[in-house]
Amino acid sequence: MKKILIIEDEQALQKTLTSKLESEGYKVFTSLNGIEGLEIAKKEKPTLIILDLILPKKNGFEVLEGLKIDEDTKEIPVIVLTNLENMGDIQKVIDLGATTYLVKANYELNEILEKIKKILETK
Amino acid sequence: MKEKKKIFYCKLFSKCQGYGVPLWECPQFLFSIMGIMIIVTSIFSYFLGVKYELSPEIIAIFILAIASILLTMSFIITKSFEDLAESNKLKTEFINIVSHQLRTPLSNLKWGLEVFEEDKSKTIESQKEYLEILSENIKRMNDLVSDLLIVSKIQQEKLTFLKEEVSLNEVIKKSVEGFKFFAESNNIKINFNGDPTIPTILIDPTQIKIVIENLIDNAIKYTNSKKPIDIELGKTKKGIFFKITDKGVGIPEADKKYIFKKFFRSKNVLKYETSGTGLGLYISKAIIKELKGEIGFKSREGEGTTFWFTIPF
Repeated sequence: MKKILIIEDEQALQKTLTSKLESEGYKVFTSLNGIEGLEIAKKEKPTLIILDLILPKKNGFEVLEGLKIDEDTKEIPVIVLTNLENMGDIQKVIDLGATTYLVKANYELNEILEKIKKILETK
Repeated sequence: MKEKKKIFYCKLFSKCQGYGVPLWECPQFLFSIMGIMIIVTSIFSYFLGVKYELSPEIIAIFILAIASILLTMSFIITKSFEDLAESNKLKTEFINIVSHQLRTPLSNLKWGLEVFEEDKSKTIESQKEYLEILSENIKRMNDLVSDLLIVSKIQQEKLTFLKEEVSLNEVIKKSVEGFKFFAESNNIKINFNGDPTIPTILIDPTQIKIVIENLIDNAIKYTNSKKPIDIELGKTKKGIFFKITDKGVGIPEADKKYIFKKFFRSKNVLKYETSGTGLGLYISKAIIKELKGEIGFKSREGEGTTFWFTIPF
């Protein structure tokens, strides 16, 4: 069973995303902050990580950096899912090694699910 | 010609007013003055030299003096441009952050609705859950808009106060009661031994309630469970003081200078309830300043924080 880690501090969003992914048969882990998110990623080695950028304790940019320098997690694809939408942030995230950058406000939940499935097909 | 000159100066003054800076900091005005000074001093130097046959050294000193004045003006102009550029940058950042803050509850609503619509069973439970998401996020957007309006009034120096004689003792008691459920659900006790002898004070009860509730809210957010929060209210010869102490995670040294800035949220925030607008302390400071009071804090990372404010009689 493919494992997905969601690092997102908005509890309502985390809940709806988890419920959607679990109904599609994925095993979902969640974290509400950056530090815990990194720990779970290292421990569980998920197939995919969905990462917000504005997080308590450690922001999404720092988490992404941490994931990409660790041998255990650097190959895990990361979808950055945020409501920040400026070119600087998008470029920074791509330079740090994220697979893709999605703005929450611009996507339906089903569209995000399609993106996730496409990325997981290649794994 | 006179009409054109008049139009030029009117445009110049209204442009300077538009920047929101005093005339002596307005780049266009300063450039005009510099231009006039250069022309006048060049002509003046020539006639001085010709008429009085002054020695070259005196002319040189005179020119050096004028050059120093022009250099000072250039420095003021450069600083003025830097301030305007910084202000522009802050406005752009502000818009980015506000958009993000508003989009977050909207995303919650959008996805919550999507899941609700797809739920074929539509049990009472799922309906209740959706309505809770709806209610919470509408409140968030409403709170953000209210806070932004207050911030706008603060920046235009138009914050209005409807003053009346207020018992801070009663305001604090009611606020603590209002936070009882939130505190208890996090296993935190808020201690406040009221002092009914504290005299009433002429302030706006709504504004002071905003300050007190922001400080209580922050104390809960930055406190581990089982540790108490203590509130103290007292009086001095000059006025009233309020103090709230938590034994929470404290504020990191690097964050302290940003605490009262707009949208700042320390990395140490423990409670993941993200409904806060990030404007609470900025607004609180502005309100206390308007009341001619002072607000401050002391904090040690790992040990806790005390926020305080004083208001003069």
